[in-house]
Amino acid sequence: MDLLEYQGKQLFARHDVAVPSGKVAQEVEQAVAAAEEIGYPCAIKAQVLIGGRGKAGGIKIAKNADEAREAAEAIIGMDISGPRGEGPFRVDQVWIEGGSDIESEYYASVILDRSEKKTLVMLSTTGGMNVEEIAEKDPEALVRRHVDPNGEFGVSEATELVEAAGVPADHVPATADLLVKLHAAYEAEDATLIEVNPLVVTKSGEIVALDSKVTIDPSALFRHPELEELSSAMHDDPQEAMAAERGLTYVKLDGDIGILGNGAGLCMSTLDVVAQAGGSPANFLDAGGGSKAEAIVDALEVISSDPKVKAILFNIFGGITRCDEVAGGIIEASKKVGLEVPLVVRLDGTNSEEGLAMLADAGLEDLHVEGTMLGAAAKVVELAEAGS
Amino acid sequence: MSVIVDKDTKLVVSGLTGREGRFHGLRNRDYGTDLVAGVTPGKGGEEVDGVPVFDKISEAVTERGANTSMIFVPARFASSAIDEAIEAGVHTVIAITEHVPVHDMQKAYWKAREAGVRLIGPNCPGVLSPGKANVGIIPAQFFDAGKIGVVSKSGTLTYQIGNELKQAGLGNSSIVGIGGDPIVGSDFIDILDLYEADPETELIVMVGEIGGDAEERAAEHIAASISKPVVAYIAGFTAPPGKQMGHAGAIISGSSGTAEAKKTALEAKGVAVGKSPTETAQLAVEVLGQQSA
Repeated sequence: MDLLEYQGKQLFARHDVAVPSGKVAQEVEQAVAAAEEIGYPCAIKAQVLIGGRGKAGGIKIAKNADEAREAAEAIIGMDISGPRGEGPFRVDQVWIEGGSDIESEYYASVILDRSEKKTLVMLSTTGGMNVEEIAEKDPEALVRRHVDPNGEFGVSEATELVEAAGVPADHVPATADLLVKLHAAYEAEDATLIEVNPLVVTKSGEIVALDSKVTIDPSALFRHPELEELSSAMHDDPQEAMAAERGLTYVKLDGDIGILGNGAGLCMSTLDVVAQAGGSPANFLDAGGGSKAEAIVDALEVISSDPKVKAILFNIFGGITRCDEVAGGIIEASKKVGLEVPLVVRLDGTNSEEGLAMLADAGLEDLHVEGTMLGAAAKVVELAEAGS
Repeated sequence: MSVIVDKDTKLVVSGLTGREGRFHGLRNRDYGTDLVAGVTPGKGGEEVDGVPVFDKISEAVTERGANTSMIFVPARFASSAIDEAIEAGVHTVIAITEHVPVHDMQKAYWKAREAGVRLIGPNCPGVLSPGKANVGIIPAQFFDAGKIGVVSKSGTLTYQIGNELKQAGLGNSSIVGIGGDPIVGSDFIDILDLYEADPETELIVMVGEIGGDAEERAAEHIAASISKPVVAYIAGFTAPPGKQMGHAGAIISGSSGTAEAKKTALEAKGVAVGKSPTETAQLAVEVLGQQSA
């Protein structure tokens, strides 16, 4: 689960990491009032979960109330796309914060290194660029230290890292202290990524986190009720919100073929074979390893509520999942949902014969049964094209 | 031969008294796995269909000779059950539980490594050695005994490929589900080494997906240390960046962890990568055909 910048900063503040004071606003008037309270110059920043907001016009500096109003009007409601084509995301809140007296900009992060199975702490005195750019342009400038899985990351470990990164001597203690706090926050909050870019040294020698990028392990939210609350409010997309409510694993994509598979791997593979057959998947939906009829009804409701969907493919390989249960769910769902688009079903594995017989008996309109995964992909692509 | 589980496996199931634990534990026993005990704190002295239940895994080890533990407890208790199994002295821990916090797994990973205990999973379907033992939730009916060792991040995708191999008349030495989490106890390279050493295995089928770099590291390892042919499949070519595709570990971060990068890395080391599960099974059939010709 990714946090918005201001949510990340609130998390930092709880762990004694210095952040500029600020306020969040959803309306232009609220934003102007916040700017008046904070004083000028202040920054008005779009709160969306992508990098490159500044370049996309999502961050503006205001020197007075008129500029604050102009900035808030421009940013609230704008659509921002990420540098890798993520989004677009609609901006529905902004964060207004006071300006900082910047002397220098650093980059700092604490991340889970999946390869090494260790926590990795990184620091560079070249801030402002993204970490991939730093690693490419000036790899020496990015100092990386793994935390010993049986050891700790304390002042002495942090000081060694900070000195190696070439931080000027008078800023070493404060920077080391900050890294220790970021690492402590990472541990305490079950984060898998904490990135501060830029981390700034102010002219008065204070170390302040000017931005935040925080990812929390969704499996650990039971230990963090305050973060769990944030997560429930985070689904902008109507289908994603509906799926989350019903406990389904759903990811919205931009195509027109609705897809359901059982098991994450088989579902991803189904998207791939549909794309290979010339189609464009509308979603990823894993009905789970032990899919029951009820989950199938829920899934079909979520998929068919997306107006872009022109045809639907159910690819089920029953292991623990019984195909007769799935068939029962399909029959029940078709009655309940009143499907307006063709449905292609491929049922194989446990109790597939019973399931296929049930589907044949039900005589559902516009239901197409296919024997293989590749055959089913070809069929659904053909039907989606015919429907467009 | 086979890997990880076989006729010598003496299984203790943490969570045998729960609904899922009971269902799968007894299914494993029906398959022929030597299920010696269950463990649920506070339920010591009870029985599940004739299988004795203990309060602690250590009791199952000393009193019933358990050497392999299967973890079927809810996610928030999984890492302490794994710790307990490691301390009790079993040689293998297979964790089926999904949604185990990754910080907990990071600690469990190092604890298992340092104790010399083989940890499989979490969030995995377990291990099946056809004709010998089944520990986990893999439906055994889709797999026959044979020469192909399978190692996979995904359950149902493995059943799909296994079933296609079976229809082509081929069987498996073992099927190992390593799980789809960001940190798993055993990676592809660990299992590749086991298959390399297993005389019964003649071909390895490796099923990967987006996220992390376990497949890229496996490609390097295959070039350096694996003499047996390997055929691979990667899922997730259509996955957008930054979105978690079902499995906690299946996420493209920035520009790393893409299916394309994994396929390229494997092909660069001479590993054939199938475009679909069906083509992957066909490649396995072709390679084995050439081997025996």
